[in-house]
Amino acid sequence: MPGGIRAEGLVKRYGEVTALDGLDLAVPEGTVLGLLGPNGAGKTTAVRIFTTLLEADEGTATVDGVDVASDPRRVRERIGLSGQNAAVDEYLTGFENLDMVGRLYHLGRARSRDRAHELLEGFRLSNAADRPVKTYSGGMRRRLDLAAALVAQPPILFLDEPTTGLDPRSRIDMWDIIRGLVQGGTTLLLTTQYLEEADRLADDIVVIDQGRAIAQGTADELKSQVGGERIELVVRRSEDLPLAQRVMTQNGCGDVEVDERTRTLVAPIAGGASTLRSLLDDVGRAGLGVLDVGLRRPTLDDVFLTLTGHAAGDDADDAAEEEIEREVA
Amino acid sequence: MGSLRLALADGAVIAKRNLIKVKRVPDVLVFTTLSPIMFVLLFAYVFGNSIDVPGVNYREFLIAGIFAQTVVFGATFTGAGLAEDIQKGIIDRFRSLPIAPSAVLVGRTTSDVLYNVISIAIMSITGLLVGWRIRGSVLEALAGFLLLLLFAYAFSWIMAWVGLLVPTPEVVNNASFMIIFPLTFIANTFVPSESLPTVLRTFAEWNPISAVTQAARDLFGNTNPADPPPDVWPLRNPELYTLIWVAIILAVFVPLANRQYRKATSR
Repeated sequence: MPGGIRAEGLVKRYGEVTALDGLDLAVPEGTVLGLLGPNGAGKTTAVRIFTTLLEADEGTATVDGVDVASDPRRVRERIGLSGQNAAVDEYLTGFENLDMVGRLYHLGRARSRDRAHELLEGFRLSNAADRPVKTYSGGMRRRLDLAAALVAQPPILFLDEPTTGLDPRSRIDMWDIIRGLVQGGTTLLLTTQYLEEADRLADDIVVIDQGRAIAQGTADELKSQVGGERIELVVRRSEDLPLAQRVMTQNGCGDVEVDERTRTLVAPIAGGASTLRSLLDDVGRAGLGVLDVGLRRPTLDDVFLTLTGHAAGDDADDAAEEEIEREVA
Repeated sequence: MGSLRLALADGAVIAKRNLIKVKRVPDVLVFTTLSPIMFVLLFAYVFGNSIDVPGVNYREFLIAGIFAQTVVFGATFTGAGLAEDIQKGIIDRFRSLPIAPSAVLVGRTTSDVLYNVISIAIMSITGLLVGWRIRGSVLEALAGFLLLLLFAYAFSWIMAWVGLLVPTPEVVNNASFMIIFPLTFIANTFVPSESLPTVLRTFAEWNPISAVTQAARDLFGNTNPADPPPDVWPLRNPELYTLIWVAIILAVFVPLANRQYRKATSR
């Protein structure tokens, strides 16, 4: 049995709604997979199946070579889980939380205590160790939750949207911590709706939508799938948008996307800088007032839009997932 | 470690966690102790003079009934606590750890006995102040307290199952109110069951809460041999009838709650 994290044809239905629709994925040992998708795509459902919280209706999932359905206990000995809503007990202190988790991993009294102190130190929570978690900030809770997942030094780690809802400073903190972990050789499955996060942390990215993997590759591979560089042009007056669009098309730009509100035109561009120069000449001749112009590599947002036809942050799905979860409950 | 020892050790860790919470959130404890005091005083002074129980002083009659009602209500903590743990994702964490599957429920139901021990102690003191007396032996009185706690423990497994089933702690509180209030009032807790209309009387006579109450009254020596309870089996054999119910409740709800726990995830 190969190690790492593997899924073949995972299906999970909640009544009429299909949360996972034949998901395949593989995270080789010691690598990081970013599972990227909007709310409701099935990311959390997949993590719950891998972490033995939920049983799949069809398909198989293995963690470190152990089948999650037939031997959940052995899976639990090998994994750490840190979920989206920091699952730490707010009435306990930071130390008590980690100490409890250590005891429940059967590390023994002394080892649990040492490990708790070690982790509090490593996650810059020593000063708050003896304060109830109730008094912690969101970033501190998240760090403690991640620390709890690491108590038994599991070879395999699941992080379900580790930075959702964090302020930018705490998010960058969290990224540093995660990068440190990965350098230690931990196999990591990370779910996120932040394209930048997957780009920064993951070796490989699986884009998931409506319970299926719709694309896979490194960040660069995914970007090139959408095409090369893009040109972005912002005009001064919205009346100029049609003319600007015509000028761009004449200069060999492909599909031009027009955003009326921000007066921005975006299009794939073939010839790089030389095309840009001739385009700018034409823009000048046409007398268009230009606020901003630039070449940029496609972002993962573009990838998502191209692959799914809707933006990654589509909130329509959000309500849908909450609805499903409530019905299941 | 053997699997039973492992389960007990895990359960003890969970129980310790729940006890720390009792210490950190004293408001819950304050409420747990104040409401029974209020009940003792209300019934003793407001209703006490208009309710007449043949052969025995009403305040002595009353106390065992209030004990029974309060400990059964105490079981609500088990359900509300579990529902809150699910809501906050803590059950997810526990379920992802290599612990005995029953540890969380065993730890929870066991630690919640403490609430009832404390509220019985407070009510006993209040009762003594308003004129309640234990007239039997110390051993019998202890047996009475134990029987109350045992019945409440079994009842907390019903609430554990409810707590794992419903979406929020608030629902647990409302649901238990709807069930426990009628259950503890259509009984011999506050009035003799003979005074109830026929249908309710039959219900009251077979209601396990009546049996617990009757058993506690007998064991505290708060009954008058000249006025025996109605001639129905449960009230003539209240200790045994209570124990039968304890066994039935545990046999049904321990497996049900455990099954529900294995399916529970945060929402």
